[in-house]
Amino acid sequence: MTFNGWGVWALYRFEMARFGRTIFGSLVTPVITTALYFVVFGSAIGSRMEEVGGVPYGAFIVPGLVMLSVFTQSIFNGSFGIYFPKFTGTIYEILSAPLSPLETVTAYVGAAASKSMLVGLVTLATAALFVPLQVQHPLAMLGFLLLISVTFSLFGFIIGLVSNSFEQLQFIPMLVVTPLTFLGGAFYSIDMLPAAWRTVTLFNPVVYLIDGFRWAFYGVSDVGVEISVAAMATFFLICLGVVGWMFKTGYRLKN
Amino acid sequence: MPPVIDIQGISKTYKGGLQALKTVDLQIGKGEIFALLGPNGAGKTTLISIICGIVTPSTGTVIADGHDIQSDYRRARSRIGLVPQELTTDAFETVIATVTFSRGLFGKAPNPGFVEKVLRDLSLWEKRNDKIMTLSGGMKRRVMIAKALSHEPDILFLDEPTAGVDVELRRDMWELVRRLRESGVTIILTTHYIEEAEEMADRVGVILKGELILVEEKTALMKKLGKKTLTLNLQDPLASLPPELGEWDLTLRAEGNELEYVFDSNAERTGVPSLLRRLSDLGIAFKDLNTRQSSLEDIFVSLVHRDTGASVQGVGA
Repeated sequence: MTFNGWGVWALYRFEMARFGRTIFGSLVTPVITTALYFVVFGSAIGSRMEEVGGVPYGAFIVPGLVMLSVFTQSIFNGSFGIYFPKFTGTIYEILSAPLSPLETVTAYVGAAASKSMLVGLVTLATAALFVPLQVQHPLAMLGFLLLISVTFSLFGFIIGLVSNSFEQLQFIPMLVVTPLTFLGGAFYSIDMLPAAWRTVTLFNPVVYLIDGFRWAFYGVSDVGVEISVAAMATFFLICLGVVGWMFKTGYRLKN
Repeated sequence: MPPVIDIQGISKTYKGGLQALKTVDLQIGKGEIFALLGPNGAGKTTLISIICGIVTPSTGTVIADGHDIQSDYRRARSRIGLVPQELTTDAFETVIATVTFSRGLFGKAPNPGFVEKVLRDLSLWEKRNDKIMTLSGGMKRRVMIAKALSHEPDILFLDEPTAGVDVELRRDMWELVRRLRESGVTIILTTHYIEEAEEMADRVGVILKGELILVEEKTALMKKLGKKTLTLNLQDPLASLPPELGEWDLTLRAEGNELEYVFDSNAERTGVPSLLRRLSDLGIAFKDLNTRQSSLEDIFVSLVHRDTGASVQGVGA
């Protein structure tokens, strides 16, 4: 056996089955959240706002909203998927199975990314009910969605591996990722910021992800799409390297 | 015939400095039932966990069915099934889903017929669509065994397999283990119930403070270390032991109605005939007598006492 395809498939299906058991909550939540954002930002506030970069404000925030859903879901699914078997003790079966680290990560991260992409697309479809959407580069949009889903699922996977409690599991998403997303240009263009704050904002990696994703929709970008792609690829490779090291050393996995 | 499991120089020291296993060497033959006994914290579960890939050893090698568990882990692990001590199950899954999942995880193509056979063998078929969280502890234990058997392993590790299950289920499991052995599966079990090892094992290993202090054929072990106890039910109770019986190691029990004599059944002179003659000479009559061979538990407790000089609080992992 050089590749345990059945093992990867079994683990992927197992994770997707958990998603299936909670599908109502998983999909209804982003629909309601997106609708609320549009009620507040699209209608109440957005109607008083000017266009941003030639894009109506309601439409401008859509990529940021989708990214907010994708970040949250990817990290949650990626971290919960590996943390839960650690918590219940069923991790013994994964560790004793003839699966390579890469296969294990592929299954867990693949499932987490699949779920978050689905949630991202549902969020997008919900947004389309409120504002006229255009996607100038649909393939690039799907590519960004895939890359960001996989990368943040990997990031979530790392959080799940290092966490020793449910509190720790929520620490980074709540205290780091959500603020970075809100401050990463989800609801505004960084060109709208004073120069000093704009410089500070450029140290926020989320800026590049949202900006690249927004470019796929409207062809406008604050920092340049090449830089966005490079930032995404760098973050992806860092996450991959950390996970590879963890499996190789057994850190937080094996005694 | 090469051993199906060949453990050479395995040791484990945890990061905190705890040495869970000293250097362990052990060979287990194909189709054998090997019982690993030892008090709590002796290192049984650590040894099993190393072989199954859950714990990384500090030193040494393990070859399972001809494959190194580290360099050729895929082939090694695909031949091993593990039933862990803890009842760790996916509470929200159904029985059939979790067993099917385990089969796939170990690289086997779906085989509903085989999964059905495993579930029927373990009396789980009727419960196949029940969520695991609704099952009793005994049924959950069966599910754990079904998961371990789902990928048709050649080597099965049972870490305290019958802990917390009732007598009937325990007997069912013993029967299952025997059937598995007949089909060629090698079984290594740790158990809290010494009678389980006595009932099933071909060989017994005793592990103590991370050291394998004894590996022996069960029958040979019992013969070698076994003591016999002669109990005489006296016609009339004795108030105390007469000094004329001082040369025998006797104990007066049951308010003077029973005389107990422990002797080495393998010794050239057991002292039984001379004791009976002396009793006759002293006019001490008995209405019944019986002898009892030491159980594996007696042997185990005496071994642990000998090596620790302390009382045994438990014999589980």
